[in-house]
Amino acid sequence: MSMINDGNILSLVTFLPVVGALLILLFRGDEATVARNARYAALWTTLLTFALSLYIWWHFDASTASFQFVQKFDWLGGAISYHMGVDGISMLFVILTTFLMPACILASWNSINTRVREYMIAFLILETLMIGVFCALDLVLFYLFFEGGLIPMFLIIGVWGGKRRIYASFKFFLYTLLGSVLMLLAIMAMYWDAGTTDIPTLLAHDFSSSMQTWLWLAFFASFAVKMPMWPVHTWLPDAHVEAPTAGSVILAGIMLKMGGYGFLRFSLPMFPVASADFAPLIFALSVIAVVYTSLVALVQEDIKKLIAYSSIAHMGFVTMGIFAATQQGVQGGIFQMLSHGWVSGALFLCVGVIYDRLHTREIAAYGGLVNRMPLYAVAFLIFTMANVGLPGTSGFVGEFLTLVGTFKVNTWVAFIASTGVILSAAYALYLYRRVVFGALEKDTLKNILDLNMREVVTLLPLIAATIFFGVYPSPVFDVTAVSVEHLIANYTAAVEAHRVAEAGRTALDALHLIATR
Amino acid sequence: METAASTLPAFGPALPEIALAVGALLLLLVGAFRKVSPTRGISWAVVALFALVAVLVAGQGDNHAATFGGMFVIDPFTRFIKLLVLLAAALSVIMSVTFIRRENMDRFEFPILIALAALGMIMMVSSNSLIALYLGLELQSLSIYVIAAFNRDSARSSEAGLKYFVLGALSSGLLLYGSSLVYGFTGSVDYQTIAAAISTGHPSVGLIFGLVFILAALAFKISAVPFHMWTPDVYEGAPTPVTALMASAPKVAAMALIIRVLFTAFPGITPEWKQIIVFVSIASMVLGAFAAIGQSNIKRLMAYSSIGHMGYVLVGVAAGTVEGLRGVLIYLAIYVVMNAGVFCVILGMRRAGEQVENIADLAGLSRSRPMVAFLLAMLMFSLAGIPPLAGFFAKFYVFMAAIKANLYLLSVIGVLSSVVGAYYYLRIVKVMYFDEPAPALEAPLSRELSVVLGLSGLFTLFFFVYPAPLIEGAQAAAAALLP
Repeated sequence: MSMINDGNILSLVTFLPVVGALLILLFRGDEATVARNARYAALWTTLLTFALSLYIWWHFDASTASFQFVQKFDWLGGAISYHMGVDGISMLFVILTTFLMPACILASWNSINTRVREYMIAFLILETLMIGVFCALDLVLFYLFFEGGLIPMFLIIGVWGGKRRIYASFKFFLYTLLGSVLMLLAIMAMYWDAGTTDIPTLLAHDFSSSMQTWLWLAFFASFAVKMPMWPVHTWLPDAHVEAPTAGSVILAGIMLKMGGYGFLRFSLPMFPVASADFAPLIFALSVIAVVYTSLVALVQEDIKKLIAYSSIAHMGFVTMGIFAATQQGVQGGIFQMLSHGWVSGALFLCVGVIYDRLHTREIAAYGGLVNRMPLYAVAFLIFTMANVGLPGTSGFVGEFLTLVGTFKVNTWVAFIASTGVILSAAYALYLYRRVVFGALEKDTLKNILDLNMREVVTLLPLIAATIFFGVYPSPVFDVTAVSVEHLIANYTAAVEAHRVAEAGRTALDALHLIATR
Repeated sequence: METAASTLPAFGPALPEIALAVGALLLLLVGAFRKVSPTRGISWAVVALFALVAVLVAGQGDNHAATFGGMFVIDPFTRFIKLLVLLAAALSVIMSVTFIRRENMDRFEFPILIALAALGMIMMVSSNSLIALYLGLELQSLSIYVIAAFNRDSARSSEAGLKYFVLGALSSGLLLYGSSLVYGFTGSVDYQTIAAAISTGHPSVGLIFGLVFILAALAFKISAVPFHMWTPDVYEGAPTPVTALMASAPKVAAMALIIRVLFTAFPGITPEWKQIIVFVSIASMVLGAFAAIGQSNIKRLMAYSSIGHMGYVLVGVAAGTVEGLRGVLIYLAIYVVMNAGVFCVILGMRRAGEQVENIADLAGLSRSRPMVAFLLAMLMFSLAGIPPLAGFFAKFYVFMAAIKANLYLLSVIGVLSSVVGAYYYLRIVKVMYFDEPAPALEAPLSRELSVVLGLSGLFTLFFFVYPAPLIEGAQAAAAALLP
């Protein structure tokens, strides 16, 4: 029995970052030494975690929809246990998290100079909590990871953030908490109804349709805020703008995905009838998000804010695809989340590069960067194109599939949402033109330096992912296909069964009425 | 031998109480005859006495027993509560050791009065009649009136003591009046006889009046809304270790009392008292959350915080089930530990030789004393109920019970007010971590404060790793009261 096996790999990957954090806690010496050691320790921890997480992908059996690498033991008593496992829907999010973390640490290498030790510890603990969200197979455990992430993120925004960091951190924390506490009550109600919070058991449990409605709404409150969906998205631009670069990367790259993952893991399979009933609501909110926030993005003067609004628009595609509940829609939604994970993360890293040099995020402060920063211009162009959804980049695949999947269900929704593709081209290219093209006129930019080695190393894997999965998305679809098929099949069956039962009851009522006459 | 057994009650079940009473009186004598100031030694002796009593309590096992004509009972429920009360009282004695010497209150009666207060608390926890209840409650209250005013030279402290005394006396009056009504309408002060009398017929209005008076008096003791008005002023004025005591041990004991009275004497009129508890719970949670927002004094803030927390505990009482009681016990245990940690930091807030109490004085604590700031921040997140910290599990179990009892409105209002409450706990984190540093606070915490704070912080942080002992203990205790 080797140290690393299928039974404990998820726990190892999840808690390895905490071990790194504890190690950093032990460092002694003057501030500069501690800071340097903390940076390296954090980098090595995240790299090791990433390497270890590849074991999961390597040994993953894509031919089954059941949970793998399962580990389970007693925890809170009752039927609440420590239960970890992944399936085709969650596995790639674990990889996404471990993949983005080293980039975050590298991005903070020189830009964070105060309380470096605490910063790195906060990030490593955050990594543990985020991986845990995607691995947890018990609702209470899930909630623990899901909410626990608020603490380090609150501190990251509040301590190392920009000018309005206090406002942004409070808004982020309270907004998210408000949504989540209702989900907590729903979790308790599910416990009393099903006698357990074990996710695999709950996936097979039949909730009554009236109960589904309430549970769906409670989960919706949490995930809609996290996603974020219009109109509860207002915390996001503030949090993104004020957070340090790596904080924005994590927020956009991973934390937003928890909302979409929640819809896929809980709302759709556990409350299928309610999901079908509420799908029109989701469609409406999604297309509003796509069109409205794209228009808002068009008029932003702050680069980070523009990307933040574009994130909301892209998440609109995801919710639309998920609740279309077709194979293409859900596959596209998952792919879009993954792709947006590295693309938006990379865009924030790109902003971080020039912010480190000029300490402003005003679009107007830049212009003509291509003259002095050719490498940067190339990298930024690739990610801009991916953000627009240009074929050949990973951004295209997800957007296209969600539109195809939705088209089969509701043509008008797909039609309106597809205008978002045009709008995204408008704001993204407009941004690119104003920042990169044109003559280099401003004195402050005359001596600006191109990407250094560290920045190239940070961005290169992201560029590779963007292009590789844009050209060849199969590795992702191979993993997700069976699980998604299984999800859709169960969903359709449950909704059909409910329809038949409803129809039967109506017919019975009619007969009863005739008989009494 | 047989005649002796019939005339003398069995002392066995009350052994811990007797030991505590004798021990406290002995220490009083020791203190009176010693020439040099014996306070420090007596303080530690009281702590040791508490430990001894705790061992005696724990040694009683899972027995159910009654003595003194059935007025005094023990069972796993009383054992759980007594251990908790003794822990809370011992912590506040430990926390007072350095404080009373520095603040010129170095008199040996202080720890002994806490011991007597604790005696009153564990007596009333075991009470099985309204008379025994009153005796225990008065012993506790009178001792605390005195120590609240212990700083004789401080007008604020005297005011706090007097205010607490006047209002406390009023609540005692309410309790006696309610008891007499209950006695009048049921013919007994014994809980079981009351319960039997109620179950035979339709409850009279007079009986319900009596119940309302008793509940009002007990709500005063746990400072639940609308009987909370005294709390902020008394908490602010009383010496800080006394505030730490008032926020923990008496609350635990009074809450246990509410539970015992309601569940053993008045189970026949559950719907009547349930609506009172639901109202008081909602009012406490909401007021505790909103009123704390505007506070600048940290002791006042903790007063409102404790009001809110009592509201959450009452959620479990309102559920009225074994799960609810289990939630209450878990909540109280976690609350006592978190509370002790927070008050350690408050006690350590000194600048230029004086205690300071403003939240703004904590500014920049994360730089000058990173470890203390970190632990206080975690305690604040825990008080706000953020997972994976201990405070989350406290709320989790009470709301879990409420959901099972179909108290949906109560639960929704409860969790929403916990979001409001999170705001002011976060504000303390913000002051420590985000704000520009104020002049640094004085030298590190005294050793005993560091130890208490450290243990409290560790418990809060790592409770989730191995929660089973507390949950199982609470489960057993709750099941003992509600078979």
